[in-house]
Amino acid sequence: MSSHHRLNVPGTPALGVQIIMAILFKNAITLEVKIHHYLDNVTNSGILFREGIEDYLNGDTTQFNNKLADIRKNEEGADALRREIRYRLYKKMLIPESRGDVLGLLETTDDVIDATKKVLGHFDVEKPRVREFLKKDFSKLAQASADALDNVVKADRAFFNNKEGVEDYIHKVHFYEHQADQLEEQIKKNIFESEEIPDLAEKLQLRDFVELLGSLADQSEDVAERLSVYAIKRNP
Amino acid sequence: MLTTIFFLSSGLFLGWSLGANDAANIFGTAVGTKMVRFRVAALIASAFVIVGAVVGGSGGSETLGRLGAVNTLPGAFTVALAAALTVLWMTRLRLPVSTTQAIVGAILGWNVFAQMETDFGSLSTIVSSWVAGPILTMVFAALLFLLVKKLLKHIRVGIILQDAYTRAALIVAGAFGAYSLGANNIANVMGVFVPVSPFSASDFGLFTLSSAQQLFLLGGLAIAVGIYTYSHHVMQTVGNDLYKLSPIAALIVVLSSALVLFLFASEDLKLFLEARNLPSFPMVPISSSQAVVGGVLGIGVAKGGKNINLNVLTRIAMGWVATPLGAGVTCVVLLFIVQNLFALPVFE
Repeated sequence: MSSHHRLNVPGTPALGVQIIMAILFKNAITLEVKIHHYLDNVTNSGILFREGIEDYLNGDTTQFNNKLADIRKNEEGADALRREIRYRLYKKMLIPESRGDVLGLLETTDDVIDATKKVLGHFDVEKPRVREFLKKDFSKLAQASADALDNVVKADRAFFNNKEGVEDYIHKVHFYEHQADQLEEQIKKNIFESEEIPDLAEKLQLRDFVELLGSLADQSEDVAERLSVYAIKRNP
Repeated sequence: MLTTIFFLSSGLFLGWSLGANDAANIFGTAVGTKMVRFRVAALIASAFVIVGAVVGGSGGSETLGRLGAVNTLPGAFTVALAAALTVLWMTRLRLPVSTTQAIVGAILGWNVFAQMETDFGSLSTIVSSWVAGPILTMVFAALLFLLVKKLLKHIRVGIILQDAYTRAALIVAGAFGAYSLGANNIANVMGVFVPVSPFSASDFGLFTLSSAQQLFLLGGLAIAVGIYTYSHHVMQTVGNDLYKLSPIAALIVVLSSALVLFLFASEDLKLFLEARNLPSFPMVPISSSQAVVGGVLGIGVAKGGKNINLNVLTRIAMGWVATPLGAGVTCVVLLFIVQNLFALPVFE
């Protein structure tokens, strides 16, 4: 997943100019590339999360374990990138005005990555038994959470690229978070009203998993909230 | 030699305080927001102030010379001292002070004391330039702001690169600003000494410096000393407390005020415009602090600002009257003391 194409140098200046710019602004260009790599990692986490949940619901243990391993590796990569970005921001004195904001944004975005890993990890450890009548709703909830994540990454990217649309994506994050909330409530009701699940302990366990699935959307919304403030602040 | 240095000392002190205060107008926000390191800012500001002073500094001095040609070295010393003390005193009172307005007041004081006739043509040119300076800066800043906003919308560079470009632009604009400050304001520091310069033109092999240029070089060095010894603190204050600007807004303010100072200092431009029968700008030292305030207001206007602080404008306008008046009275008193207590000829 290369992100070089996202580098946004205005127009296409002559080769000589390009070389001089590359030398003069090497640090800034490297940092932009790193940030986009980091955002790629977040996108990956969302996809792996979505597919991992589907594999679990389908009972495909091998595939699920693959996704879990991938999501862990992905998270490690993202952590390393984030540390490097932080180091570069401070060591190279880049964007002093908003580096606190940028770092804050990346840290909260990191919570989203952590959430995806945590959810799959819990499924792996506890292996909750999701009854057939709940599977479709679990899948829908995972989808709403993944959609929220996807849109928050898009919002992040628009913000870093200085592109319009940040507000649109933020709006979509709110939309999917709300949808996830509604689903969560509905599923919980279904769980506790169900006679198919006799054991209260099992009901409580399933409730926790419903909340876990929805937590991804909540974390995405936290990032979106921050982002909307930063976007206003960056306005010259 | 020693007496010469002593008599120049008041001018050098004026230069020092100019460097201490006015370098912050150029690099204040850049340094205050950490976009540019102080070391870099001080080096660029010092170098370009000196170049500006030596290369383009003569215009303003001639205008001040027409206002009142102080004709003895002790007289020039006293005039510059009166201006310097007024600047110091008003800075203490935290009033927005301009070296330009102090030196003009002091020259007028000398005219009164020496019973010379004041050239009211020059005086009205100077005073109207004071008014025009900040207003012109305001207009430039507003236009530039709208232009840059449009440009940024069009090119859409990522925020990291945009900051890197802004930083580079702040350094380039700062160099231009320092050059303009040197060219425009060196007259305040050394202008009164030009007619009584103790130097003679010297050939340095590669280039020659006239006696006035040697004075300007000395004044430029004094400004540089002011920048290195005292402006860091002022920059932090300007960057963080006085008016909080985004780096891009700061860039626009620096560019527009540098442009205005340049317009009122460039003889080449004046000749170019006059040759084409276009209205030109008189060579008059302008207060860079007041130009900057004009620039900040201009950005406020461009943003559709409703709450323009009229208080700020009144304070500037007050400075146009209070500073020359204070410097003039101080000058007359000092001239009296120097003449009668130290028995030095303050005029011929």
